[in-house]
Amino acid sequence: MSVLILAEHDNKSLKAATLNTVMAATQIDQDVHLLVAGFECQTVVEQASKVVGVSKVLVADNTVYEHQLAENISKLVVELAGNYSHVAAPATTTGKNTMPRVAALLNVSQLSDVIKVESPDTFVRPIYAGNAIATVTSTDPIKVLTVRITGFDAVASEGGNAEREVLSQVIATEKSRFISEQLAESDRPELTSASVVVSGGRGMGNGDNFKILEGVADKLGAAIGASRAAVDAGFVPNDLQVGQTGKTVAPDLYIAVGISGAIQHLAGMKSSKVIVAINKDEEAPIFQVADYGLVADLFEAIPELESSL
Amino acid sequence: MKILVSVKRVIDYNVKVRVKADQSSVDLTNVKMSMNPFCEIAVEEAIRLKEKGVADEVVVVTVGSKACQETLRTALALGADRAIQVEAEDGLDSLSVAKLLAAVAKEENADLVVMGKQSIDSDNNQTGQMLAALLDYPQATFASEVVIENGEAQVTRETDAGLQTLAVTLPAVITTDLRLNEPRFASLPNIMKAKRKPLEVKTVSDLGVEVGCNVSIVSVSAPAERAAGIKVGSVAELVEKLKNEAKVIS
Repeated sequence: MSVLILAEHDNKSLKAATLNTVMAATQIDQDVHLLVAGFECQTVVEQASKVVGVSKVLVADNTVYEHQLAENISKLVVELAGNYSHVAAPATTTGKNTMPRVAALLNVSQLSDVIKVESPDTFVRPIYAGNAIATVTSTDPIKVLTVRITGFDAVASEGGNAEREVLSQVIATEKSRFISEQLAESDRPELTSASVVVSGGRGMGNGDNFKILEGVADKLGAAIGASRAAVDAGFVPNDLQVGQTGKTVAPDLYIAVGISGAIQHLAGMKSSKVIVAINKDEEAPIFQVADYGLVADLFEAIPELESSL
Repeated sequence: MKILVSVKRVIDYNVKVRVKADQSSVDLTNVKMSMNPFCEIAVEEAIRLKEKGVADEVVVVTVGSKACQETLRTALALGADRAIQVEAEDGLDSLSVAKLLAAVAKEENADLVVMGKQSIDSDNNQTGQMLAALLDYPQATFASEVVIENGEAQVTRETDAGLQTLAVTLPAVITTDLRLNEPRFASLPNIMKAKRKPLEVKTVSDLGVEVGCNVSIVSVSAPAERAAGIKVGSVAELVEKLKNEAKVIS
């Protein structure tokens, strides 16, 4: 049996999260197919067919799939699912939106946020904000999963040569309609795939002060993140949020600035390879997970850090 | 318009989670339990829609043991009109819960179901989507703004890329994200009043639903602890360590 992966893309490019999901899939079975459902997404299809480990790319290119609404994409996946033992997607907002619908339509469970594949029917996933790790086994005929991308390395994006199959199914949805989109524009690397992340917390004081992180981020080629406290306080938009209810990141270097280290924030970043904490409160829980802690006023330390990089 | 809100009783978000010594599950004995924070946001949103005159009834439902009635009373104190407890074992899997909620939604003929995007115990983020699929309703997940007009809900969603606005025709399922609203606190008079609001108990067989699931837990373990690191005395020392010891910057 094979694994079908719902590819993450924006009709223009294949998103890196797909590569980590392919890695998870190759640990389940060697036959991995990617479904690219979108509109005018030819570039994505080309990128998808070069991904190492992918043997086939299924293409559903139609205006009805342009915004990847859960209602019709889930039905499309269900139509294909009978040929597969596993159906997976990265645990991004798109994957999380669509895959539970797929599972319900197939009358099977969904295993969310898988961080490790033990065997084709046994998987590891964090629960309670990562404060407990569950190993679960499923006897469902088709296993539906979302993959936490920080749990798996990415496969190479070039070097493969998958065959392509164009799908003819056109499934429209009348009940849901796309109205608009406000994309966060940034020249920085994507938060979830950046190798360095600089995050600010409530200690930043206000949204304007986040600018002082930019200099450091520029020098390190880093993405900028934030704690939920900073998002709740309105300093920065929610798409920067790292934590249980935001994004999960695992960069080589995570620099937490003015972040106290609430459990729910740690859930989103404690798999980072090296953690640096800069906080003026030496009792802050963030220091318990930091490899390098600096007790200092961030408004002095950050400019100094920028100039010494 | 009738709104159905589902709520879940979970470990309080301030409680430090401990794994049982036999690795069977998380230890919940004598632990403070509360309404799941995302469910509080769902209850608040429904009540606000009622206060605006958009909705005329808010029905709150939960699936679980008798202890969950406490959570329903909390929702009633916040302003829900009546409550339904579907008596079942605690910790039922998401698909079974979605099937039970679907049966209740049909029975109640609800125009809108509002629920939290995930519970902070199992962290699955799936019951709302499953419910929508079972009912063949459209869904708007991770909502940060909801406007109801002309028989549809315009919902702004928090996505990885930013914000997306969708229009879904009613009936529909909406799941709440953190920034949708800030839930109120129940006042003492409202807590007293809530005790007299109707709370109906239904069983799984009343609803004609078969529950059960093919996923079983092999073990639950504590996560690997990160070894405590060191404190550095200055920015210069930090940079030196990152360059020469951790080798993460050059």
